[in-house]
Amino acid sequence: MLRLLSIELHKIRYHRGSKLLIISYFTLLTSLALVASINFEVGPVKFDLAAQGIFNFPYIWHLNTYLAAVLKIFLMLVIVSMMSNEYSFNTLKQNLIDGLSKKEFVLSKFYTVVLFALISTLFVGITTLILGLIYSDFTEWAIVLSDLEYLLAYFIKLVAFFSLGLFLGVWIKRSAFAIGVLILWSIFEAIFIGLMRWNWKWENHEAIAQFLPLNAMANLIKEPFTRFNAVKTVANQIGETVQKDFSVHFTTILIVSIWTALFIYLTYLLLNKRDL
Amino acid sequence: MNTILQLHQLDKKYGNIHAVNQLSFRLERGNVYGILGPNGSGKSTTLGMLLNVVNPTSGSFQWFNGKISTHEALKKIGAIIERPNFYPYMTARQNLELVCKIKEVSFSKIDEKLILVNLFERKNDRFSTYSLGMKQRLAIASALLNDPEILILDEPTNGLDPKGIQDIRSIIKLISQQGTTILLASHLLDEVEKVCSHVVVLQKGKKLYEGRTEQMTQSFGMIEIKTDKTFEEISKLLQNYSGIDKITNEPDYVLCYLNQDIDSALLNKFLTEKNILVSHLRKTKPTLEQRFLDLTE
Repeated sequence: MLRLLSIELHKIRYHRGSKLLIISYFTLLTSLALVASINFEVGPVKFDLAAQGIFNFPYIWHLNTYLAAVLKIFLMLVIVSMMSNEYSFNTLKQNLIDGLSKKEFVLSKFYTVVLFALISTLFVGITTLILGLIYSDFTEWAIVLSDLEYLLAYFIKLVAFFSLGLFLGVWIKRSAFAIGVLILWSIFEAIFIGLMRWNWKWENHEAIAQFLPLNAMANLIKEPFTRFNAVKTVANQIGETVQKDFSVHFTTILIVSIWTALFIYLTYLLLNKRDL
Repeated sequence: MNTILQLHQLDKKYGNIHAVNQLSFRLERGNVYGILGPNGSGKSTTLGMLLNVVNPTSGSFQWFNGKISTHEALKKIGAIIERPNFYPYMTARQNLELVCKIKEVSFSKIDEKLILVNLFERKNDRFSTYSLGMKQRLAIASALLNDPEILILDEPTNGLDPKGIQDIRSIIKLISQQGTTILLASHLLDEVEKVCSHVVVLQKGKKLYEGRTEQMTQSFGMIEIKTDKTFEEISKLLQNYSGIDKITNEPDYVLCYLNQDIDSALLNKFLTEKNILVSHLRKTKPTLEQRFLDLTE
């Protein structure tokens, strides 16, 4: 496994564009913490995000993993290009001739994807912990360590998204077109969900929509903003209950994991079937 | 015992095109093999199948008596295919380090092989800055990193200038002298004739000939005759001459194919006695090119 990982990292290490994107990605991840310093004054109104309570445990786990996930597109570009490059440089052929099996080739990419997701998760975890410890109103460990499933969900989400990138890279062979297909795919999912919901007025449209890959990934960590308002509202008006379910569901994790396995398997299948 | 590679009725179809047709042959250790064939005769497709990048339609092949899987076998093989494929953003050394990682050999041979192909001074330059000749030499260095048991070369001099062709040929010669088995695919006949001890001739995916190179060109030779008489007259006169098999009319001379050894001096005497003035008489051996054209026509 280490050999396969080192082969892939060797390819990325010397690629200037990839290096730049990776550095930008982790810089942006770190600067999530800088949101805390948003503390501006508009005339007489003082605006201090930290004081609003958005950095309270355990809510901060939800907020940060959600925000950090937006940045994953940076690493996606690296992953799609490192796959499509193998086609445009014809180095996939050369790798196989040099004695890498097709299975090893896919695994070396997949291990790298998992490593990226792992480092990113660690990064977000540590940043969030530090941010929370500084600004949260509650720092009892029982509260700090609750809702950690958002980190797990974040990791699963990244692995799935990047695996989709690998698959698109192999399938389309050109990075720009692969990204184009990704965008088309997300538009298609949105239209399909919209049709089910508004036009065909299916009652159980959500039951079907939860199986769509991009939608399933999005469902892993739901948007945290209305929850924040809800938390405040509940605090103010005792007795009212929060309508929306913001928690991480096991079924969603399962669906996304199955998609991940499917993307990797399809990548392997495509490689195996094609003549180079 | 010393079989490196064995093909059993290997077959590849691309839709309606039958690229490789029931091909079988065997490579023994220590020989230099040439696969000859015109463009599109299935040479590259055959090598592609042997190198794990093209899936055979049917048939099979075994590396090293089938004791190891193909991709494990490929680690003991060095192969370069029509175009040198490397990561353009990496230097020569970084590219070779990657190949070492794939082949699971140490980095210790990198400098030695770069010196062999005369690229040591340029080892820290990016691959994208190399000329085609240098790229092809780097591909050879890369193929030699594992001190391979067999070196496979597919049209190694394609697109190179005369200097580049000469460089590559002298490297191939050097390697074959060290006892490495070589499989060379080419449509350049003099290239094959110069370096190969054995040939396999392919046409439209079918094997036309397999054997030693000198056996392919072996025959009693031919005699070129130029006289003051017409082709018909000469042909009539010589058709019963003992040892002459077939007579053809070439632009400059009459060509007699022999089926036994003939002394050309005696033939000259015979013609002179018939009052025929001979202005040109030469005994020749067929070239590989002629044999190849005979086979493929």
